[in-house]
Amino acid sequence: MTVFVIRRFLQSIAVLAVTAVIVFIGIYAIGDPAEMLISPDASQAERAQVVASLGLDKPLWEQFFTFAWNALHGDLGRSFVFNRPSIALIFERLPATLELTLTGLVFALILGIPLGLLSGLKPNSATDEVIMTGSIFGFSLPSFWQGMMLIMIFSVWLGWLPSTGRGQVGEFLGIHSSLFTLDGLKHLILPAINLSLFKLSLVIRLTRTGVRETMPLDFVKFARAKGLSEKRIVFVHVFKNILIPLITVIGLELGSMLAFAVVTETIFAWPGIGKLLIDSIMRLDRPVVVAYLLVIVSLFIFINFVVDVLYSLVDPRVRLGGAQ
Amino acid sequence: MTVRALFAEDMLLGRLVTGIGRSPKAVVAAVVCVILLFAAIAGPYLTPQDPYDLAVLDILDAKLPPGSESMGGLVYWLGTDGQGRDMFSAMIYGLRTSLGVGVFSGIVALIVGTVLGLTAAYFGGRIDTLIMRVVDLMLGFPTILVALMLLALLGQGLWKVIFALILVQWATFARAVRSAALVEKNKDYVEAAVTLGISTPRILIGHILPNCLPPLIVIGMLQVANAISAEATLSFLGIGLPITEPSLGLLIANGYQLLMSGEYWISVYPGVLLLVLVFSINIVGDRLREVLNPRLGER
Repeated sequence: MTVFVIRRFLQSIAVLAVTAVIVFIGIYAIGDPAEMLISPDASQAERAQVVASLGLDKPLWEQFFTFAWNALHGDLGRSFVFNRPSIALIFERLPATLELTLTGLVFALILGIPLGLLSGLKPNSATDEVIMTGSIFGFSLPSFWQGMMLIMIFSVWLGWLPSTGRGQVGEFLGIHSSLFTLDGLKHLILPAINLSLFKLSLVIRLTRTGVRETMPLDFVKFARAKGLSEKRIVFVHVFKNILIPLITVIGLELGSMLAFAVVTETIFAWPGIGKLLIDSIMRLDRPVVVAYLLVIVSLFIFINFVVDVLYSLVDPRVRLGGAQ
Repeated sequence: MTVRALFAEDMLLGRLVTGIGRSPKAVVAAVVCVILLFAAIAGPYLTPQDPYDLAVLDILDAKLPPGSESMGGLVYWLGTDGQGRDMFSAMIYGLRTSLGVGVFSGIVALIVGTVLGLTAAYFGGRIDTLIMRVVDLMLGFPTILVALMLLALLGQGLWKVIFALILVQWATFARAVRSAALVEKNKDYVEAAVTLGISTPRILIGHILPNCLPPLIVIGMLQVANAISAEATLSFLGIGLPITEPSLGLLIANGYQLLMSGEYWISVYPGVLLLVLVFSINIVGDRLREVLNPRLGER
């Protein structure tokens, strides 16, 4: 077990290092940020001074080693636009993204599990057909377009909910979040629905498959023979069994929701890291793009690592297979 | 082989056609797919104007609602956009780009994935381990994140988007082909072929590959739908296709700014077309999965 964890850990570090190199080299293909930041009528001396202060005049490999050394010390450069440490900008906006992602995940679960149960318990019925077609519709609907329709219907036509921003942010136990004010909650509803719709389809399908695979098993027959009520069989015995694959997938999907938040945040002007990324790409604000990519990849590798280790605890075959 | 034999119950094509035929929903979706494919190929002959020929555009015709008539007597059934472009024509051209990018990147990813998957399954050992490590790594990251990273680094462009889409898709094909080929590899007919002295490439392509086709067809359909959706998303975010290659995603993005002021048709109609396209491909793909392999499982 220890060997497995260490091996997995070293692999994660290697992936992170490779990503860092790729990101750094690739970022030089975007353009010349000096061109973007220095006004066209600046004198030659002023240009040279800005270039030197940003370290853009040094050779590429030297810039990389400075970058890697600083990165290990938690310094990923200063934003050209905000003139502040880029890592600080990311961490400042991370809570908004996490709040959105977690709310979206909760939406997907509280709607998806009942719908999946409903359709799995009566396979090939009219209800099943409607729910399954609906779920195909759910993952066919491009996220950005669905977000636009939500804005059009609920903000423009009906005027019920606001379409941009995070609203008023409340404080509770030292945590700042939109969840603690009515205004914040109103702002959160549309983006959270937008982000959850794709995962909702996935949860429905996983639950349905789980129910259909579990229902014919012997222990369910036994429970019936014992005279347990159908409700108890479904909600206690079957439900426990479908939770295992569901939890694994949800763990992995959390990372993909963090990535998809880029789209939702752009549409709803949600001040999270996704919107920061798109804005920074447009402004050629290189250090912020680098910091975003490294932070999100680290988060991702961390989630994968935790899921792998948890999984190998539940199912030893994974660990033995990996050791071959 | 006659055409009739090709469609027989036990042939792959026959199974596909009868399988779709038994589900009315899938028949409708398949018909829609064929119509859209035809519209994309025949595009320039169907549209009343060339939406990117600046000479025929008139700024006075800008933002006309659906059904209005231009000075020249042309009726804009779906309205016009901010530059006075007929929305119907712009959408057909957008469909060409979207479908083209989706299908092309899907096919290339399928070829790359199949070659690597077959290689991994047939040779096993170190080659297998190496290829599958890379596959696991690729599948560990969500599609949109890899594509975002790549385009953030490379910048906009048609071929860059296609490259990003191939890069995020090939691993899915490789994994499916490998697991199908691993099952086939140990069957008697492969052993018989080896005994007969048939060369390795011929065994792989002529004997093992045809038996791996069913999962490939299903995944291929679903991946094309995914690719179209991903391209639209990237273009909408402004980091996908450049303004010179207007896909449906870009049309929607252009109309987005005008949505709030009530000119809904500029972004809603391309959005509906994109949705119908992706939805019908997914319905057909989902049906094929049920027909070809009930045990493939649902994801």
